[in-house]
Amino acid sequence: MPKKPKILAISSAGGHWVQLQRLRVAWDDCDAVYVTTKEGYREDLIADAARRGQSEPRFYRVVDANRWQKFRLLRQLLGIVLILLRERPDVIISTGAAAGFFALKLGKMMGARTIWIDSIANAGTLSLSGQKAGGCADLWLTQWEHLAGGAGKRAPEFKGSVV
Amino acid sequence: MIFVTVGHELRFDRLIEGLDDWSLATGYQDIFAQVAELGDDGYRPKNFKWQSFLDPDSFKSNFDQADLIVAHAGMGTIITALTLKKPLLIMPRKGSLKETRNDHQIATAEQFSRRTGIYVAKDETELGATLDHLIANPPPKINEAASQFAEPQLIQAIRSFIYNGKPQELT
Repeated sequence: MPKKPKILAISSAGGHWVQLQRLRVAWDDCDAVYVTTKEGYREDLIADAARRGQSEPRFYRVVDANRWQKFRLLRQLLGIVLILLRERPDVIISTGAAAGFFALKLGKMMGARTIWIDSIANAGTLSLSGQKAGGCADLWLTQWEHLAGGAGKRAPEFKGSVV
Repeated sequence: MIFVTVGHELRFDRLIEGLDDWSLATGYQDIFAQVAELGDDGYRPKNFKWQSFLDPDSFKSNFDQADLIVAHAGMGTIITALTLKKPLLIMPRKGSLKETRNDHQIATAEQFSRRTGIYVAKDETELGATLDHLIANPPPKINEAASQFAEPQLIQAIRSFIYNGKPQELT
């Protein structure tokens, strides 16, 4: 039997995490690893996997940081490097923000396939991290049809939304 | 009962003060608000009960009991309202007033105003009239709750990419 794909799902806490969780059935039966910025999500995640008959996912917390907190961003980046070296995922998926961009960028360099789903909160323009992620996402998605690309334009695709 | 929430990150004085003014003017006081950290100078409502933060269980029970939710245009609140079938009135935060990092809530509110059960007040000047209208004409019951998961075609596109290396194309 072929080996189960290993997926690493990563986002910051709050709305990005809520959206990432609404996608989790897409990687049912994969070997799942989660990374976020809030320790408090661990318990629910593991209880949910047990309830739905999934193998227990691994869970890592990295430091929270926004784009103006350079030192914290560096610590977050280092945390993600260590997790990626240890886990070596086949596929990386993120809904945002900085942490997700770092994971896609580094993961791509390590040979992983990458998915970016821009947050549904970005209905007017793509998020800053979502624009940057375009360069390193194999599957680059927006949740708004009017933000998706036409022919010849470098823009994300639309495949549906989390709600 | 009207349940008000501004999320957990930042207070939203324009919304809370607007509601307080409306409550005083109309005498409608069956309101409970979760207002986030107010610090020393955040607006403290005088006409209804409020709390900075609620634990998840009491947040959910207030949400459940409410006839109407009034909130900022945050995705957490919007998703919760859609899954619990609650009519929702949103007022977007503005980046120019430093209420959030940019104007993304304005676009969010505009797009979600097309969904059944979601109403928008562009700013505090529209808030009172929109509330008057919703109280006088209670919104119809929402029949279908949003699923606890994303849209099936999005799930399928991602699953197909994980296993086959490309999103499934519709044939």
